[in-house]
Amino acid sequence: MPASLEPATLPRPTPALWPRLVRAVGRAIARAAAQLRRDGFALAGVTIYTVFAVVALLADVLATHDPMEILFLPTGKLAANIRPGADFLLGTTNLGRDIYSQLIHGTRSALLVGLSAAVVVASLGTVVGLVSGYFGGRIDMVMMRFADVALSLPFLPFVIVLIGFLGASINIIIMAVALLLWPNTARVIRSQVLSLRERAYVEAARVTGASTWRIMFVHIAPNILPLSFLYGSIAIGWAILTEASVSFLGFGSANVVSWGYMLQDAFASQALSRGHFNWFIPPGLCIVLVVVAGFFISRGYEEIFFPKLRD
Amino acid sequence: MAALLEADDVVKHFPVKRSLGEIATGRHPAVHAVDGISFAIESGESVGLLGESGCGKTTTGRLLLRLAVPTAGTIRFDGQDIGTLAGDDLATFRRRAQLVFQNPFEALNPRFTVLRAIAEPLVNAGVPRADHQARVVEAMRRVNLADVDQHLDKYPHQMSGGQLQRVVLARALVLEPIFLVADEPVSMLDVSVRAGILNLMRDVRQAMGLTAVYISHDLALVRYVCDRTLVMYLGKVVEDGPTEEVIRLPQHPYTQALVKAVPVPHVDQSHEPLPIKGNVPDAKNPPSGCRFRDRCPHAMARCASEEPPLREVAPRRRVACHLLAA
Repeated sequence: MPASLEPATLPRPTPALWPRLVRAVGRAIARAAAQLRRDGFALAGVTIYTVFAVVALLADVLATHDPMEILFLPTGKLAANIRPGADFLLGTTNLGRDIYSQLIHGTRSALLVGLSAAVVVASLGTVVGLVSGYFGGRIDMVMMRFADVALSLPFLPFVIVLIGFLGASINIIIMAVALLLWPNTARVIRSQVLSLRERAYVEAARVTGASTWRIMFVHIAPNILPLSFLYGSIAIGWAILTEASVSFLGFGSANVVSWGYMLQDAFASQALSRGHFNWFIPPGLCIVLVVVAGFFISRGYEEIFFPKLRD
Repeated sequence: MAALLEADDVVKHFPVKRSLGEIATGRHPAVHAVDGISFAIESGESVGLLGESGCGKTTTGRLLLRLAVPTAGTIRFDGQDIGTLAGDDLATFRRRAQLVFQNPFEALNPRFTVLRAIAEPLVNAGVPRADHQARVVEAMRRVNLADVDQHLDKYPHQMSGGQLQRVVLARALVLEPIFLVADEPVSMLDVSVRAGILNLMRDVRQAMGLTAVYISHDLALVRYVCDRTLVMYLGKVVEDGPTEEVIRLPQHPYTQALVKAVPVPHVDQSHEPLPIKGNVPDAKNPPSGCRFRDRCPHAMARCASEEPPLREVAPRRRVACHLLAA
C-alpha cells in the first residue's frame, strides 16, 4: 500500500556510519564525565592519568638532561650522588645521571607498557569471551581450558622464564602480561554473553535473519564493551607493576629507562643504606600512583557498568 | 486452500544432564517438550496454541520459525522442509516468517533506536539502505504509531509497553512476511492496552492476508483473535477445532477443565469445583498411555496402557481421548 507521505516524514538521508559513531563516542564521554562529577575516586584516577599522559608526551621538553647521560660538574668532577637542587631537580645517581629526567622518561615506558598490554588484554579477552560464550559447546570447552592453563601459571616466574628464552625487551613483557591476563577478562565477558545471548532481542535478530557474526558483534558486543574497558584499565596497573618487578629483579631491558629500572639501579648501589631517598622514593611513588589510579577508575565506573547494562 | 504449514509428527526433546547411574545404564534422559504433534495450517488461517505453561507451546512456536530444530519429524513451510533450509532458502524463509515477542521490554535491543530496530530486518534481508527509512515509516503507520517523526530516534526505555509492542510488531511486519507467530503477545502489557494491540494485530492480519499462530494460555485472547484452536497438554495436541466449538463444546476432559477454570465475574455465582486436581506431571517422565490420565476424572484402565491418538471426531475436529473412540 503506497503510504502518502507528508513532507515532514519524507525519508531523511540515512546518517552515515562515521557521524553516528562520533555521536556515540560523544555520548559515552558525556556520560563518563557526568559520573566523574559524582565520584571522587574516578575523578582522582582520571586526573592522575591525564597528568602522566601529558608528562609522557612532553617528556623531551620537561626533562632537563638526557636520562642515560653521565654528567659532569663544571669543575670536571663526576656529578655523582648530588642532592636535589636547582641544577639537578631530584639529584643524581651514583654514576652521575639525572634522576628527575629518568623519572620523566620512565613515564613513557610505563604508559607504553600499560596501554599496550591493556589493549591486547581487553581485545583478546573480549573476542575469546564472545566466541566462547556465544558458541558454547566444544569451542567453549577448548578455550576455557586454555584459560585455565594461563590462569594456573605463576605470574612472575613465567615472565622471567619467557625473558630468559626470548631476551629482555618491553615487547616481551607486554606479551607476557597479555598472555597471563586475558583469561580473567574472557571469563567475565563469557558469563555476560551467556546471559545476553538468551535475551529476546538476540532471538529477534536471529528470526529476522541476522548472521551469527552480526549477532555477536552488532547486537551483543556493544553491551559488553564497558566491561572490556574496565578490565583493560585494571590491566594497565598490572602491566606497569610487572614491568617494574621484572626490571627491579634485573631482567629488564638495559637501554630503556623505566621506573623499575631506576629502583633496581638504586637497590644495586645501596641507595637505601646511604640515605638517598631522592633516588628511589619518586619512582616508587609514581608506580603506586599509576596503579592506584587504574583501580580508582575501575572502582568509579563499576557503578555505571554493573547495576544495569542499559543506558 | 493449500496448507501453508504442515507439521508431521514433530518431536523436540531437550537433553538434560545425565547422572552417573544413567550413564552406566546408557539412558539419555530428556525433557519431552514436544512429543509428536501433527497439524496443518492453511494459508490465511489464524490458529491459537492454547495450553498451560510448560506444555510445549512456546517450543512449538520456536520450531515453526526454525529457532529450534526438531529432534524428529518434519515441518514443511510452503512445501519445503524448514529443518534442512540453508543459505538463500533460509534467508527467504526468514523474510517470510516472523515472530512477535511476549515481552516488548526484552525484545528490543536497549542500544538501538526505534529506527534502527525496525530497520534491522531490512539490513539482514539486504534491502538497499536508501529504502530503509521509507519502509520503516510505512511499517510504523501500519501499526498506528502516530507521530512517526517523534518516535524514530527514541530508545526503548523512553517508550511505554504498548508503544514498544507496536514497535516489535512493526519490526515483524517491515519485511512483509506471510506468516507470523505471536508468543503471548499481550501478556506483559497493561490490561488497558491489550485490546488495542489485539485489535491492531487482527486488523493487520486481515489487511495483509497473514497466516498467524497465536501462542497463549489465555482462553479469552484465543477466542478473540483465532479462527481455530489447538489445545496442548504436556507436549501433545489433545484437541483441535474451530475456536468457538472448542470453547462451547469442549470434547477432551482437559479442555473442559480449562474452560471451567476461566473465572466468571459474578460474586454470587456458584463455584463448581474444578474437575481436575494436581499438577502437570514431569516432562522428563511423562505418564504411560494418556498423559492426562492421572488428573483425568474419567480415567480408565485403557488410558494407562494405550495412548489415545488424535482422531477426527467430526469434520475439522480432532480429539485425543479414549472416551470418544466410538
